[in-house]
Amino acid sequence: MPTPVVVSDVAKNFTMHLRGGIVIPVVEHVDFSLKAGQCAVLGGPSGAGKSSILKMLYGNYGVEKGQILVRHNGDYVDLASADPRTVIAIRRDTIGYVSQFLRVVPRVSALDVAAEPLAQRGADPDKARARAAELFSRLNLPETLWNLPPATFSGGEQQRVNIARGFITDHPVLLLDEPTASLDAKNRAVVIEMIAEKKKAGVALLGIFHDQDVRDEVADAIIDVTRFASSKAA
Amino acid sequence: MTIGTDDGLATYNFAYLDEQTKRMIRRAILKGIAIPGYQVPFASREMPMPYGWGTGGVQVTASIIGPDDVLKVIDQGADDTTNAVSIRAFFAKVADVETTTETAKASIIQTRHRIPEEKLKDGQILVYQVPIPEPLRFLEPRETETRKMHALAEYGLMHVKLYEDIAKNGHIATTYAYPVKVEDRYVMDPSPTPKFDNPKMHMSDALQLFGAGREKRIYAVPPHTKVVSLDFEDYPFEIQTFEEPCAMCGAQGVYLDEVILDDRGGRMFVCSDTDYCEKRREDGHRGHLAGDAMEAAE
Amino acid sequence: MSDQPLLRVSGVSKFYGNRIGCKDVSFDLWPGEVLAIVGESGSGKTTLLNCISTRLMPTAGTVSYRMRDGQFRDLYRMGEAERRFLMRTDWGFVHQNPADGLRMSVSAGANVGERLMAVGERHYGNIRETATDWLGRVEIDADRIDDQPRAFSGGMRQRLQIARNLVTGPRLVFMDEPTGGLDVSVQARLLDLLRGLVNDLGLAVVVVTHDLAVARLLSHRMMVMKDGAVVETGLTDRVLDDPRAPYTQLLVSSILQV
Repeated sequence: MPTPVVVSDVAKNFTMHLRGGIVIPVVEHVDFSLKAGQCAVLGGPSGAGKSSILKMLYGNYGVEKGQILVRHNGDYVDLASADPRTVIAIRRDTIGYVSQFLRVVPRVSALDVAAEPLAQRGADPDKARARAAELFSRLNLPETLWNLPPATFSGGEQQRVNIARGFITDHPVLLLDEPTASLDAKNRAVVIEMIAEKKKAGVALLGIFHDQDVRDEVADAIIDVTRFASSKAA
Repeated sequence: MTIGTDDGLATYNFAYLDEQTKRMIRRAILKGIAIPGYQVPFASREMPMPYGWGTGGVQVTASIIGPDDVLKVIDQGADDTTNAVSIRAFFAKVADVETTTETAKASIIQTRHRIPEEKLKDGQILVYQVPIPEPLRFLEPRETETRKMHALAEYGLMHVKLYEDIAKNGHIATTYAYPVKVEDRYVMDPSPTPKFDNPKMHMSDALQLFGAGREKRIYAVPPHTKVVSLDFEDYPFEIQTFEEPCAMCGAQGVYLDEVILDDRGGRMFVCSDTDYCEKRREDGHRGHLAGDAMEAAE
Repeated sequence: MSDQPLLRVSGVSKFYGNRIGCKDVSFDLWPGEVLAIVGESGSGKTTLLNCISTRLMPTAGTVSYRMRDGQFRDLYRMGEAERRFLMRTDWGFVHQNPADGLRMSVSAGANVGERLMAVGERHYGNIRETATDWLGRVEIDADRIDDQPRAFSGGMRQRLQIARNLVTGPRLVFMDEPTGGLDVSVQARLLDLLRGLVNDLGLAVVVVTHDLAVARLLSHRMMVMKDGAVVETGLTDRVLDDPRAPYTQLLVSSILQV
């Protein structure tokens, strides 16, 4: 089975034009690949650049240098240099993402938020909603909330909407940004179970987990981000 | 031709307007005839009457009338109302032409807001007095835009007006100045004639000229030209119908005016076309309120 | 996604004498894609919008559009009749001030129906049915169909303007600050409605806004303008999360947090 993601010699820094143009290095020489059916976990202390790496892989951080090759519709595409339209296509078909925070759209119900990625790929809206409902009940999200916009939900409730939204599709690559941070033990266990199912289905996962238990449970490989610490860093 | 007075003082040029002005207006008329329904701008002159009293129609008539013409002037169908009488007198004086009230005898008929009931013939000219020549004006006040709409035949807006009519009244309630499309091209305001008269414009044997003095526009419908009233498939164009015949002459299928008889609700409907009504009565037709209706009843 | 753009903008510049309106702007817009043009007043975003929507003749550059027959046509070489026809069938233009895009003295139904009548629809019942349907889609009660937009609130007027534009099933819609001048709660409703319609209908949209939240919610892609030039362009969340040009960083850092 071909490697779904290959990251090679990627560097990221921020140029702060409002602060006299100082350059803040984040990571460099980032090299790793993801394997289908495995979950890799980004390790290292906060500020080491775990989140930045995840965001580069999803295309919402720019990349200074290097390549992020993604197997998209049977071809490798360099996400680092892809045009916006290609990035959107990769997000729709290849790379899924469970973010830490939910960006809430006014008036859109939790069910529709979770069903959207499936509906965008052309699924029947009712079927997509039914699938979202299944995930909600699995994640123990109270049914009274399903038809409400998640703006007023608690952190844990919003996170479960987010998880459902990320897991609803069968993207071959799934990025997880602390998906269990605000969950209780019971729901953490559900997420661990869902990650295991994704692995079985051949999905390549890359995640950040601060929770040691969860990390031990799901990780097939740990990518130590301190290896990529920028030499220019103070 | 200049009409002099006995004491040698020059007075009016024939038909009041100077020859240069007439040539200018004739050019506008010819252009209008060449492009049926198109509003031709012209340099409208001051006339010895206020705007709104037919200054456009008078200028058109003055430019086409010759010494041999026979002129009829009607105002809402009547030969004997102020506007008709004074315009007829005006041309009798400044052009010394023969005038008539008989539709068939006239070579030029200047009209305010009616078309005679009697079918017009080849060779006759009907001159309309037009207050507002632009049918799109009330929905699109910008003249630059309406001209562009005419140029590009963008007439969706005209149907917006009819749509509003139906939405408000349940039917197309426009009863006069009902918009028409001329020869499948230009949408035209037929002047405030009742829509009853619209079908008479279609394929008419007579030449129809329209003059708007204040607005400085002339347009024309040459003989045998298609004139179609706009409508919707499910709300087709219909003319007014009257429940009773003319109270004076008993005519049916003509346009009737309501006449109030007293202050107790008494009223009657009589022909708007006075000449037509008189002719019928001369021929012995009687309506139920004609003075000698009893004797005439068969 | 189709493999051909819908709109091709290439080297478009507009000069007002020595003053620059916009300078050498190029981009492609694909079907279903929403592009936000952001920048402050005077940055040239409205000039650019007018140049690409045939409302203002550019000084240089070309704008071509893929017609329904698949052929690209240079908009400024088209006859005026064809251009205007395109504008009221295959295109929409949503003005910031609804009064600029509506006929304030005719009913809501006629406002929506006008485009249909303009393309030759001559059945009153059908026009009314379509208008009713569209009023519903923009959340205006059917019993307001015979009311004039004068009697509508600002948000309703804006929604009516949107319905009026979308009734002919356009493929490309231009929007100039569509939520400007509305209360925040009204804005949110309108944005959500727009977002839904754009998704459902697969519209390509060019939206000019100074509000980054509007851009974030509606657009896939962003173009940041300053002094008539494009200073940054890219995927919307990339530009907002990782702004690179000095001006974009200033813009993003100036957002008030609630």
